[in-house]
Amino acid sequence: MVKLPEFDTGRVPQQVPRLVAVFALVVVALVVARTALIPDTFGERGHYRAAAVDSIVAHEKKYAGQQECALCHNAIMQARLAGNHSGLGCESCHGPAASHTANPVEFKPRIPQEREFCLRCHQYNPSRPTGFPQIDPISHNAPRACFTCHDPHAPVPPVAPGSCAACHGQISYQKGVSHHAALECTTCHEAPEEHKLSPRLVRPSKPTDRSFCGACHAEGADSPREIPRISLRTHNPQYVCWQCHYPHYPEAS
Amino acid sequence: MISKEREPTPQTDALEKLQEKLKDVDRREFLKACSLLAPVLLGVIRVPILEAQEVASSEYDPTEHFYAMGIDVSKCIGCGQCVQACKTENDVPFEPEFFNTWVERYVIRADGEVDVDSPNGGLDGFPPPGGEGEIRRTFFVPKLCNHCANPPCVQVCPVGATFITEDGVILVDESYCIGCRYCIQACPYGARWMHPETHVAAKCTFCYHRVVDGLVPACVEVCPTGARIFGEVEQRVTPLARFMRFNDVQVLKPHLNTKPKAYYANLDGEVR
Amino acid sequence: MQGFIYPNEFELHWGILIVLYPYLTGLVAGAFILASLERVFNVKEVQPTYRLALLTALAFLLVAPIPLLAHLGHPLRSYEIFLTPNRQSAMAMFGFVYAWYLMVVLLLEIWFDYRKDLVLWARQATGVRRWMYYALTLGATDLSKRSLRFDDRMGRWITIIGIPSAFLLHGYVGFIFGSVKANPWWSSVLMPVVFLFSAIVSGIALVLIIYVFSSLLRWKPIDMQCADKLAAFLFYAMVVDFSLEMLDFIHRLYESEESIEILSRMIESRLFVSLIVLQVVLGTLLPLVTLGLTAPALSKKSVLVLPDELKRLAYLGSAILVQIGIFSIRYNVVIGGQLFSKSLRGLTVYKAELLGIEGVLMASALLILPLIILWMLVKILPPWPDAEASLPTEEGGDTGVQRPAPAR
Repeated sequence: MVKLPEFDTGRVPQQVPRLVAVFALVVVALVVARTALIPDTFGERGHYRAAAVDSIVAHEKKYAGQQECALCHNAIMQARLAGNHSGLGCESCHGPAASHTANPVEFKPRIPQEREFCLRCHQYNPSRPTGFPQIDPISHNAPRACFTCHDPHAPVPPVAPGSCAACHGQISYQKGVSHHAALECTTCHEAPEEHKLSPRLVRPSKPTDRSFCGACHAEGADSPREIPRISLRTHNPQYVCWQCHYPHYPEAS
Repeated sequence: MISKEREPTPQTDALEKLQEKLKDVDRREFLKACSLLAPVLLGVIRVPILEAQEVASSEYDPTEHFYAMGIDVSKCIGCGQCVQACKTENDVPFEPEFFNTWVERYVIRADGEVDVDSPNGGLDGFPPPGGEGEIRRTFFVPKLCNHCANPPCVQVCPVGATFITEDGVILVDESYCIGCRYCIQACPYGARWMHPETHVAAKCTFCYHRVVDGLVPACVEVCPTGARIFGEVEQRVTPLARFMRFNDVQVLKPHLNTKPKAYYANLDGEVR
Repeated sequence: MQGFIYPNEFELHWGILIVLYPYLTGLVAGAFILASLERVFNVKEVQPTYRLALLTALAFLLVAPIPLLAHLGHPLRSYEIFLTPNRQSAMAMFGFVYAWYLMVVLLLEIWFDYRKDLVLWARQATGVRRWMYYALTLGATDLSKRSLRFDDRMGRWITIIGIPSAFLLHGYVGFIFGSVKANPWWSSVLMPVVFLFSAIVSGIALVLIIYVFSSLLRWKPIDMQCADKLAAFLFYAMVVDFSLEMLDFIHRLYESEESIEILSRMIESRLFVSLIVLQVVLGTLLPLVTLGLTAPALSKKSVLVLPDELKRLAYLGSAILVQIGIFSIRYNVVIGGQLFSKSLRGLTVYKAELLGIEGVLMASALLILPLIILWMLVKILPPWPDAEASLPTEEGGDTGVQRPAPAR
């Protein structure tokens, strides 16, 4: 059905030179425009304008970086590096300080004093990682500014914490709503006094075997009758209890 | 646990460099003396580079660097300092539709339902999670441009207005972008946005203007827990190299073969 | 908003203007392919619409880039796409595909087809019109037998090149969407093919509509053989198009990838009216059944034998429904692809604005504009068989190049 046309090989028809002229005109115009308009540094380092990198690099810095702070505030810096806020950059609390490092007299960085600021990190939130120090702002010395008790550059509890919940907020919250609510932390953990001062160096003890839980939960154990019982001999003896049951919230698992 | 021991964060690392620099004075003079005696030594100990450090950024050579970011999900506390710092440092509009970096919260219920939210990108922190049902696990995930090694945004840009630099950073040439938004469509991570005033595509630059001066990006500078680790991928002794050695790292949406350079540790499978 | 979307996804980036773009280029490609039916495949019945289809394609092609330009953040920088096209970018090829199609295929084909008439009109007309026609001939006024044969041969050659070019033009538009791997609603190898066949459907339907209306306006009888053939071709194209779409749909459903849940939710809620009601039921099934019954598509005679007046009405109604359906396809692709989050966890909404550059009024204006351009083109280059100037006997005679007079 499709019939391919065939060409004359004789004299070139009038249409051809005319069309060629028009197309040549367009092509020449495009080539001229192209050479004139391509930006100078385009293609120097890749398919982009190399000069763009320079203008991005020229962007003004708002945060000076803590190395700058150390040049003048070395003592505070050393104190901070030795304490619990060692990983915290100065500008994390004091805000962008490039204008201050450029002109220390005229521009002063902020000094946040309100509780809300500290609570951004330290208010209890279940999504925060376990072990991160979190407080309940209502029960934790409600009206007082944090810095009256804690040195923000090297925060430690002003006195040894009275309750475990001061640091282990999440665990105490979960235990509080579980069937283990009535148990003291010390029922299962022995916490030396030094743990309150050097929490990472001196650690509390943990139960090590099934018989510890069995003291309450084994058949025949001397404990209140409503406590659920299992046979230590037949109830999955290949596991220790906390591989399946989370002791701070046993009914969850 | 946040950390069992104090890990070198980029911040402390930079500080050590500063202290090193002060010691450098003697060493530099010693090396200068060497250079008079033994020109052969020059090539080996690379004095020219040591001397070039004085001139700092003007001599920055992008081919000697290759950047990436590590993110430890288990360290993020969802404070939103990174979002705040990023918007300040990079003049990102403070309206809630424009983010170079943001923080998402995942709440996975006991029945497997997943609730994700990111109120104002996490800029103001997170209220306690709402919703029904018992929580099985919950965590925060910082997000940002992945600076892919195989970037779909760069592939689709019709004019070459977005590009990957020699040091591995994806940038936008805001005086060349035509504003077609194809790159925004092509980004699987939602990391790009249209600037409401300049009408060009905008995105995280890894704070390129800071990085070439030896600083870390603003989000890394202010992160209180060291959840973000910025650095060189190809050099052996850097905080990022350490992070990558001691963690199982993953990237987001690996099946798309974008080869991201935002490496996540302790990433949950529900994160998309 | 429903569920979770990435914060940067609150803004929908491609609006109604980008819906127009594939719709318009589809009409172009479809109209051209219809024109080439007559030229290359010798379908004599559709001859009355040959020139009309070419002019329609040109009018819509001229408007096609306007919505793109209007939606750019920096329209004045659009020339960069010619200066420094990124060879890896599908979109960078737009300038070249467009230029090729406009400059090389459509304009050349129209020029070769009209040259004889242009020369004769230039001789007959006076004043400005005379000069305009003369300029349009580019000074090639040779009307010898040989020269006219050359016109005809070139016309055929260009049409032969033009068919793959039309496929390229619209397949390419489909590729722009189909190659976005980040978007599971778009990312599909079938996308260019589906675009192509829906383009053919929309192009045939458009020419049918314009043909019927222009005949009414000109108080000329409608060539029923031509209308029947157009309706039959429309039916065939729709069968292929619908099968491809169903294939795509079933394939997605069967593969059931991680995106299937959010996509199903989107179809059930956000796209229910535009996809199920407008695209499938009203835009495809209803006209398919109507045409299947009234057009002589399945055999020489149609299933229902209707009087011409009723048949015309059925064709016209179907063609208009098809236009609505195809516009819905474009809408569902472009807007649908942005209604779900790439986190696959939530849906957003599209709020069409009325005024403004990206508004509905602007879009309507851009839909009417090609019709105005077509009207002007028709004034300058009348496509009707009765407007064709006949050759003076001493020059022409029986050259054998004039196409046979249309059956009427």
